[in-house]
Amino acid sequence: MTPFTQYIVNLFEKNAKQLTEGDVGFLADLRKKAIAVFAERGFPTGKMESWRHHPLDQHVEKEYTLQLTPEPYLPIDKVFKCKIGNIGTNMFTLMNGWYVHQHAPLTIFPNGMMVGSLLMAIQQHPDLVKAHLAQQDLQKTDPLVAMNESLFTDGLFIYVPDNLHVDQPIQMVSLATSKENLLIQNRNLIVLGKNASLSIIYCNDSIHDGKSFTNNVTEISLDEQAKMNYYKMENKDPDSLLIDHILVDGKTSAQFLSNTITFNAGYVRTMITVNLNEPYADAKLYGLYLVDKMQYVDNHVFVWHKATDCTSTQLYKGVIDNEATANFNGHILVAQDAQRTAAFQTNRNITLTDEARIMTKPFLEIYADDVQCSHGATVGQLNDEALFYLRSRGICERNARILLLYAFANEIVETIEIESLRHRLTDMVKKRIRGEFSHCEECVLHCSDPKDITFSIDVSKI
Amino acid sequence: MLLKIENLHVSIHGKEILKGFNLEVDRGEVHAIMGPNGTGKSTLAAVIAGKEVFDVTKGSITYKGKDLLAMSIEERAREGIFIGFQYPVEIPGVSIANFMRTALNEIRQYRGEEPLTAAQFLRLMEEKKKVVELTAKLSDRSVNEGFSGGEKKKNEIFQMAMLEPKLAILDETDSGLDIDALRVVANGVNQLRSPENAIIVITHYQRLLDYIVPDKVHVLYDGKIVKSGTKELALELEEKGYDWIKKEYEQGKLT
Repeated sequence: MTPFTQYIVNLFEKNAKQLTEGDVGFLADLRKKAIAVFAERGFPTGKMESWRHHPLDQHVEKEYTLQLTPEPYLPIDKVFKCKIGNIGTNMFTLMNGWYVHQHAPLTIFPNGMMVGSLLMAIQQHPDLVKAHLAQQDLQKTDPLVAMNESLFTDGLFIYVPDNLHVDQPIQMVSLATSKENLLIQNRNLIVLGKNASLSIIYCNDSIHDGKSFTNNVTEISLDEQAKMNYYKMENKDPDSLLIDHILVDGKTSAQFLSNTITFNAGYVRTMITVNLNEPYADAKLYGLYLVDKMQYVDNHVFVWHKATDCTSTQLYKGVIDNEATANFNGHILVAQDAQRTAAFQTNRNITLTDEARIMTKPFLEIYADDVQCSHGATVGQLNDEALFYLRSRGICERNARILLLYAFANEIVETIEIESLRHRLTDMVKKRIRGEFSHCEECVLHCSDPKDITFSIDVSKI
Repeated sequence: MLLKIENLHVSIHGKEILKGFNLEVDRGEVHAIMGPNGTGKSTLAAVIAGKEVFDVTKGSITYKGKDLLAMSIEERAREGIFIGFQYPVEIPGVSIANFMRTALNEIRQYRGEEPLTAAQFLRLMEEKKKVVELTAKLSDRSVNEGFSGGEKKKNEIFQMAMLEPKLAILDETDSGLDIDALRVVANGVNQLRSPENAIIVITHYQRLLDYIVPDKVHVLYDGKIVKSGTKELALELEEKGYDWIKKEYEQGKLT
């Protein structure tokens, strides 16, 4: 057992009593099983293939603080104003791993939608939660999922009943506000009933981040014909360590769309697993990363076609500046019975300096014979012919580069279906590419903190 | 004189393409440069545009009395040079409207003029679309992406109409066009002719010159102009082909 694995196991043993105090029986069992699996499989090191490039054990601190009680209520709406105009989201906040609420830990809306604390949902609706929580085989998922399952504090629970189309997007804001080195493990569960639909905007930010280590797991369960759009924004400071697992199960004709946008990161790794369990399910997975300095952004995308006639698309694009590093690992697995699968995967990158690094591994694993699949990756600079063409019409080199870089990034932003969010992100991408960072003055998130507004893509190098 | 090219020698990767090229073009004139494949016609257009892969080893290009070769690519455009490319590049994600607005406002800024407002720009764009009978909504379409050969060439002439160059060089604008598209493109060019500007048409065929009637016709062979004449020279070439030119050149009758 590596020292950090041992540390986590000890942390569990020391805190298990307090942590599981309010747990109903099945949750306490889950945690015990999970810590056993974690102890056996261990904390990620460079010996694990999927962690080979940036072994996590070399990035963690020796010790972390585990916040074992919820944050006292903070009037978040007084200090947190999202600048995305007219977005009209319903906002819910997690702080240092705990659901923050003013009135009720679990709200049932008039339309039947339920949103609130996962721990509270486990107590009040144990059967509903039990049917969807921890559905993944911990031997097959990343060991950090087991770590989360053993020691998670709280998270957001969302339930949308059958045939309900929720128009107003839900904004999940996860904040780290401690100066201490916190270990934050949110566990979120989102359940959509038959023919239900929902959009989520998930903002991951830090206000006064000590060297926090966040290891979140979000499980998403989509019943027949359910449709979910999941937009994920990363805006963390350089010292942060954020691992995010998104585990999706889709039934017949379910549709899942995700868009992972990373503008600032310390060490950010997003691992999306989509199981297309029944026929005609569809997954569209998009990602954009614009990183610089010593940042590290890592996207692992795994789509498992388990049934016939499912479709999936992966398109990830990135611009990597300075000494930043990006990693893309895309894996499509087509099971033997998953005939008539259509699965596509593309990763495109532009590196701006000789030191910027991108590692890309597009990967297909196909056991069915009647499939349509493709994969590909490119790493390069901007197209010289296009640059020449733009300049030959009087556009200076700098602006020509900006136009092309913006066009490159915008292909991802364009997939966002929420208009106000799309406009805001278009604006942020433009500013970022021009070398000005977009300020959200009214937002408590760290993007209003001058110390972090230092990104610049030096367009002369593109 | 608007453009004066003297004894121009140009190489690419060590191979000499233009070998002592001379040409003078004044305002209000239309010149046609004809010649067989591989004689340097497109090289000439690329060198005037400022394409960096070509090495000018000897000679000069003077434009409006200035040394053209000392100017950057964008400076040439801002000074009024326009190249209608033979193979316009596709630029996914950059809308034609955004492209033209950026270009036009940079040119205006260079001339010390105010940028156009969005409304002014849109009005201008609608007006210029008529020159080549463009009907597509240009704010939605990426530059040349998914365009047919004809649409690409129309788009080149549309850009010429928008930017109102002093010197336009149209490099095989007729290639890949059917008869109808050829007529539209040629009509567009004719509408843009004025006593203030000059046009150089590079082509293989006389067909285009039925529509865009040149003041002078030059034959480019072996990297230099070996014969010049009026529009009748183009007709003669159409009838007799280029073999007699090659023969006379090899016999030393042309220089």
